[in-house]
Amino acid sequence: MSTSAIIMMIVGLGTVWGGAIVTIVIALSVEKKNKMKAEKQ
Amino acid sequence: MRENWQSRKGFIFAAAGAAIGLGNLWRFPFQAYKNGGGAFLLPYFVALITCAIPLMIMEYAYGRKIRGGSVKAFSKLKKKLEIIGWVQVMVPIIVMTYYSAIIAVSVIFMVYSLGHAFGIINWLSDPGPIMGMVTGSAENAMDLGAGISIYILIAVVFVWLANWLIVKKGISGGIEKMSNIFTPMLMILMLVFMINAVRLNGASIGLEALFKPDFSKILDPGIWVSAYAQVFFSTTLAVGVMIAYGSYLHEKADVVNSAFITVFANSSFDLIAGVLVFSTLGYLVNSMNVEFTSFGTGAGVAFIAFPIAISTMSSNVVVQGLLGFVFFFCLFIAGISSSISMLESFATAALDKFNIPRKKLITIISIIGFIGSACFASYAGFNYILDIVDAYVGNIVIAGLGLVEVVAISYIYGTKELRKEANEYSDFKVGKWWDYLLRYFTPLLLGAVVVTNIINIVTGLSSMDKIGVISNIIYGWGTVVIMIGTSIMFYKKKWTTNAQ
Repeated sequence: MSTSAIIMMIVGLGTVWGGAIVTIVIALSVEKKNKMKAEKQ
Repeated sequence: MRENWQSRKGFIFAAAGAAIGLGNLWRFPFQAYKNGGGAFLLPYFVALITCAIPLMIMEYAYGRKIRGGSVKAFSKLKKKLEIIGWVQVMVPIIVMTYYSAIIAVSVIFMVYSLGHAFGIINWLSDPGPIMGMVTGSAENAMDLGAGISIYILIAVVFVWLANWLIVKKGISGGIEKMSNIFTPMLMILMLVFMINAVRLNGASIGLEALFKPDFSKILDPGIWVSAYAQVFFSTTLAVGVMIAYGSYLHEKADVVNSAFITVFANSSFDLIAGVLVFSTLGYLVNSMNVEFTSFGTGAGVAFIAFPIAISTMSSNVVVQGLLGFVFFFCLFIAGISSSISMLESFATAALDKFNIPRKKLITIISIIGFIGSACFASYAGFNYILDIVDAYVGNIVIAGLGLVEVVAISYIYGTKELRKEANEYSDFKVGKWWDYLLRYFTPLLLGAVVVTNIINIVTGLSSMDKIGVISNIIYGWGTVVIMIGTSIMFYKKKWTTNAQ
């Protein structure tokens, strides 16, 4: 495979999979924070 | 009392399952291949950020605010716009009629794969005759006497039965429960298939063809329109599904981040499908000396190229058959998780307006839908009419509805108010950029998609023979007229609930 094809594959997969992982991590951390807040109250 | 999603995970799996469908498997890979390879990813990402995500946030937020499907949502904007809501939810029912016929082929191939595994029939290395037997042949779309595929007809009964069984149980008891199983299972199985595909000899030839960027094409406006169309159609927007799903969200549920997750999950599947399809095609190009487009650029890839590839992965027929079964089971799951959302889109809208038990409503729609699907089980229906109806309803009408929806909600309800509501309980907030995109940029791009699709249809008609033109008018425009007529009929009926 050519370098440009490899780069585009990494950029493509990285962006969408990275985007999915980051947004899921944000959702989980907010959920955890909310849970802790609720427990304190 | 309106139902709610039992968990956020269930809602996201259901929404992602709705967006991820059979189209992801063959539409994205060939759109990228034809439009500059890796360079296509640039307009694709821009389209995700400027069209898919803003529209998804809009549909979730507005659905949650109105607590109703498209019909209620549009009637709240302006009484007469209720007709648009009905047209919007008629689209998935029409799409379901032919989509079910394609899912039915997956079911038939699942059964044949088991037959292969048990040594009853050896077909995976040469699926052409089986495909020919299942789908038959006809002269053209008007050749209605060519016959009907009894295989598809029987399998379509099974598909509608599955839809009926899931959707009649409602949101949390049916759709959410099944999505919690189907969506992660589909993702995992497709990842396994993808990893296996990149290990094949010649996979790199396919990946080179898919990802090698041709940046000279990036200035071609046609590529940008293709990218916007791909992203828009792939995410199941503007057909009432996401508004309906949003309407079952808890009033304090996140909207913004859930929209991001849904869109990224769908795009991840696009890319998984791209790698899977082109690695497999690269393998076939390398071993059989065929072209990347030798199996067509549509369903033929899944139903012809994949069985051949599976047959060469192992010399053991049991392994071949079981691999085939799992692959077609994946197609079945991808199809069903989308079709239940389409059925729910109409059901939510109808239940908002008419006081009718859910089970009775779902039964009526399923019977009518099955009759519609039976038309596509005919040889002329499956081989010709399906493409015509898809071109008109699946492309022009949906893009047109998207344009009307974004303009109506942005300008009548107002993006500022909706943004405030979307941000209120979300994990992170969207800024003013979202307003600008929805008010100016997205309508402009969707308008370009609509105009391009109409030009393609009109120029396509001029190059057709007489039968082609007649069948386009009858099946294409005929379906559109029936849809609008039925929508007006539903609009004129009185509200028998107090939802208005």
